[in-house]
Amino acid sequence: MSIKIALAGNPNSGKTTLFNAWTGSRQYVGNWPGVTVEKKEGKLKNHTDVTIQDLPGIYSLSPYTLEEVVSRTYLVNERPDAIMNIVDGTNIERNLYLTTQLMELGIPVVMAVNMMDLVRSNGDSIDINKLSKELGIPVLEISALKGMNLDKAADMAVEAAKSGKASPAPKILSGEAKTAVEAIMRDIEGKVDDKLLLWYGIKIFERDSKIVEHSAGAFTSADLADMEKYIEAAENACDDDSESIITNARYEYITGIVAGAVKKKGQKHELTISDKVDRIVTNRILGLPIFIGVMALIYALSMGGANGDFGSKIGIGTIATGWVNDVLFGELVPGWVDALLLNVLHVAEGGVVYGVIQDGIVAGVGAVLGFVPQILVMFFCLATLEDIGYMSRVAFVMDRLFRQFGLSGKSFIPVLVGVGCGVPGVMATRTIENNRDRRLTVMVTTFIPCGAKMPIIGLIAGAVFGGNSLIAVSAYVIGLASIILSGIILKKFKAFAGEPAPFVMELPAYHVPSAVNVLRATWERGSSFIKRAGSVIVLSTIVIWFLSSFGTINGKFGFLNDRWDASVEENPAIVTELSEKMHVDEAEVSSMDASLLAGISQKVSFIFAPQGFNQWRPTVATVTGLIAKENVVGTFGVLYNYSGDEDLAENGDQIWANVRRDYTNASAFAFMCFNLLCAPCFAAIGAIKREMNNQKWTWAAIGWMCGWAYVISTIAYRIGGLVTGEVPFGVGTVVAIAFIALIIYGLARKGYQPEGEIKNLTSVEALSAGK
Amino acid sequence: MKTLKDISVGGTCTVVKLHGEGPTKRRIMDMGITKGVEILVRKVAPLGDPMELNVRGYELSIRKADAEKIEVQ
Repeated sequence: MSIKIALAGNPNSGKTTLFNAWTGSRQYVGNWPGVTVEKKEGKLKNHTDVTIQDLPGIYSLSPYTLEEVVSRTYLVNERPDAIMNIVDGTNIERNLYLTTQLMELGIPVVMAVNMMDLVRSNGDSIDINKLSKELGIPVLEISALKGMNLDKAADMAVEAAKSGKASPAPKILSGEAKTAVEAIMRDIEGKVDDKLLLWYGIKIFERDSKIVEHSAGAFTSADLADMEKYIEAAENACDDDSESIITNARYEYITGIVAGAVKKKGQKHELTISDKVDRIVTNRILGLPIFIGVMALIYALSMGGANGDFGSKIGIGTIATGWVNDVLFGELVPGWVDALLLNVLHVAEGGVVYGVIQDGIVAGVGAVLGFVPQILVMFFCLATLEDIGYMSRVAFVMDRLFRQFGLSGKSFIPVLVGVGCGVPGVMATRTIENNRDRRLTVMVTTFIPCGAKMPIIGLIAGAVFGGNSLIAVSAYVIGLASIILSGIILKKFKAFAGEPAPFVMELPAYHVPSAVNVLRATWERGSSFIKRAGSVIVLSTIVIWFLSSFGTINGKFGFLNDRWDASVEENPAIVTELSEKMHVDEAEVSSMDASLLAGISQKVSFIFAPQGFNQWRPTVATVTGLIAKENVVGTFGVLYNYSGDEDLAENGDQIWANVRRDYTNASAFAFMCFNLLCAPCFAAIGAIKREMNNQKWTWAAIGWMCGWAYVISTIAYRIGGLVTGEVPFGVGTVVAIAFIALIIYGLARKGYQPEGEIKNLTSVEALSAGK
Repeated sequence: MKTLKDISVGGTCTVVKLHGEGPTKRRIMDMGITKGVEILVRKVAPLGDPMELNVRGYELSIRKADAEKIEVQ
C-alpha cells in the first residue's frame, strides 16, 4: 500500500530541514501545474512506499497567495493520507493558526513541534501532552536541525495515515457565527464530500473567492447568493466582516490553548539574542552601511578580482572561473575532445564535424560554463544569507526606496545579483510574492551591466574613447536609469498596474545556517543553470557556428575553413571582390566575410541606421553576443582579422586602432548602449523563459528590452552626435526627439487605475489560466 | 482615532479594530494582528518605512500606510 503524507508548515518553521532529513537524496523537484511555485516530492527513508509531498511554506489557507491556493487545491483535491504539520515552538501562537485550518480538512493531522531545544534554552516550556489533548491530535517534540525524534515523527505520521482517522475539527465557532456556518452546512449537505462539509461551510461563510471553483460544480454562485442572508445576519450581530470574524475566532481559540500549555519565562516582548543582533543590523544609522558592506563582500567573493580591484585576494569565484575558462575549457576539454575526435573517431582536423564540435559546441558551452564557479559562489552566499534570515532584512531596509518606482524591497536583490550575472539575477526574482512585481522585475533586471558586458565596455572605452573611465560609469548609470524608468513606465500598463504589493512580512529570528540546507539550495539553483547550458545554448551555438562557417566562395557554397586558403590561392581576386562587397580593408578580409552570417548581417544592418552603426560587422557582433556577451569582443577580433601571436586580450586592445577607424564617438557609444540593454545572452533568456513560465511574457520581456535598447541607442547617437557635432540635424534627430517625448509621456501619463482594492496578493488568476 | 502608525518606537498598544477590507487586511490578521492583541513597536526601517512590530512573540514588519488602518488604544 502506498501512502502519501503532506508536509505543511509556516515559512521558517524548519520544514525544509525536516524534508531533507526525511527524504535525503530521493527528491524530485518540479513545478506545481501552471505556476512557478516549486513542487518538491520525496520518498521517506527506509519506507519506499511512503511519499512525502512538501507543500510551500504558508501562513494560512486564504485564497490570496499563489502558494496558499496551490496548497489547498492539493489538500482538497488530492486528499493525502495524512498531514504532518511542523510548527516552530519558539513562535507557537502564529504557527497554530495554520494548524486550526489544516484540521478542518477531514484528513488525519499530526504535529511536530520543532526547535524545542531553543524553547528550552530560552527557559520556556511547552506541555506537549496537554497540547495534544487540547487539540485532539498526536503531537511530538522534535529538533529538525539536531535530528531529534525525526524517525519517531515519521512513524507517527505513517501510523496516522494507516488509521485513516480524520482529526477532530477545532471548536473555534460560537454564537451567531456558529449558527450561520451550521445553516450553510445544512444547505450544502449531500452536495459535497462529508469530510469537507465544515471546511466548505466556513469558506462559504468567509465569502472565499475561489470556493465555487474548488467545489467542482457542487454548487454555483447563485447557491452562494441564497446563503448570503446567514452571513449578513452574523456580520450585523458581530459588527465585523465574516472573514475577520473567523480569523478572530481562530486566534481566540489558540490563545486559550497556549495559555494552558505554554509557559514563558521572560517578559512579554522581551529582547531575544536575535533581536539584539537585529538592533544593530537594521539600525537606523548603521543599517544601510552594513547592508552595503555585506553586498560588497558577496560581490568581492564571487565576482571580484578580475581587474585587480578590492576583491583580488578573496575573489574565489573569479579565480575558479579563470581556471575553467583558461585551463578547463582553454586546454583540457579541447585537448580531450581533440584526442577523441582525431585519434579515436578519426575525424579530419578542420573539417565540418570537427568544427561544429570543437569551435561550435565546446567553445559555446565553455563560454557559459565558465561562469559556473562565480555563480555557485554567489548562490552559496545568497543561500547562506537566506538561511540566516538576513534576506528579509534586505527587503525591510530597501522597501521604501524601491516603492518609489512601483516595486517592493524584494526587487532589489535580483538587480544586485544581476551585476554579477543576469542568470542568477533573474532566478532571484523567485522570492517576490506578487506575480506582477516578479514579472516586472524579470523584465528589467538584465539592464544592469553584468560581468560579461564589461569587455564590451572595455573595448569601446579603450578603442574609441581613449580609455576614459567615465564610459564605464555611464554604462552603470544608463543600466540603473533604464531599470528605474522602465519600472515607472511599465507600472502604468494594465498588466502591472495596482498598488505596490502589500508588505506584511515576518522577520524571522536569526539562526546559524545549516550546511546541508545551504549546499542543497546552492546545488539546486546551480544545476538548473548548468542544465540550461546543455539545451538552449548548445542549439543556438550550433546555429550561429553554422551561419558563420558556411558561405559561398567562387560561386560555390560550402564549408569555408576547408576551402578558404585553397580558393584564395586559386583566385586571389576574391579577396578584392569581398573587400569591395563588404566594405572592408583587403588586409582584413577573412573567410568569415564570405559567410552566410556576414551576408545576412549586411542585408539587415540597415535597421541600425538610426544608431549610426549600420555596418555588417557590429551587426554580426550583436548577434554573436546573444551566445555570451563577451563574444562581441571575440567576434570583432575575427572580423578585423586579428592574427597576432598572442591571444586577443579580454578588451581586445590589439584591434583598437582598426575599430576606431569605423566609428565616431556617437556611433560607438550607441553600439555600446544597444548591446548593454538589448536581449541578454541565451542563458539569461532561458532563465527569463523559466521564470515567466509563459511564452507570451517571455517574448514581451525580450521585446521590451530590445525596443528600449533601440530607443536609447538612437537617442545616444542622434542627440549625442548633435552635441559633439558628428551628426548633422536631420530626420533622425527628429525621431530621437520624438523618442524622448515618448519616454516623458510614458513617465508622466496617468496610467491604468485599477478599480477598487486589488483582489489578490499575488495574481492567483495565473493558476486558473495555466489549467 | 489613534492608529498603530502613531505609536512611537518602544511603545505598546492594544488593537481595537482593523479598518479596510480585502487581501491586505486578511493577511495582516492571518499574521496575528487581531482584536485585543498587544503590539510593541520595535523599530522603524533606516529610510523611515516600513516599521517592525513584536506581536504574539515574533517580529513582523508592515508599512506605515497599512499601520494607519489599525485602530489601537
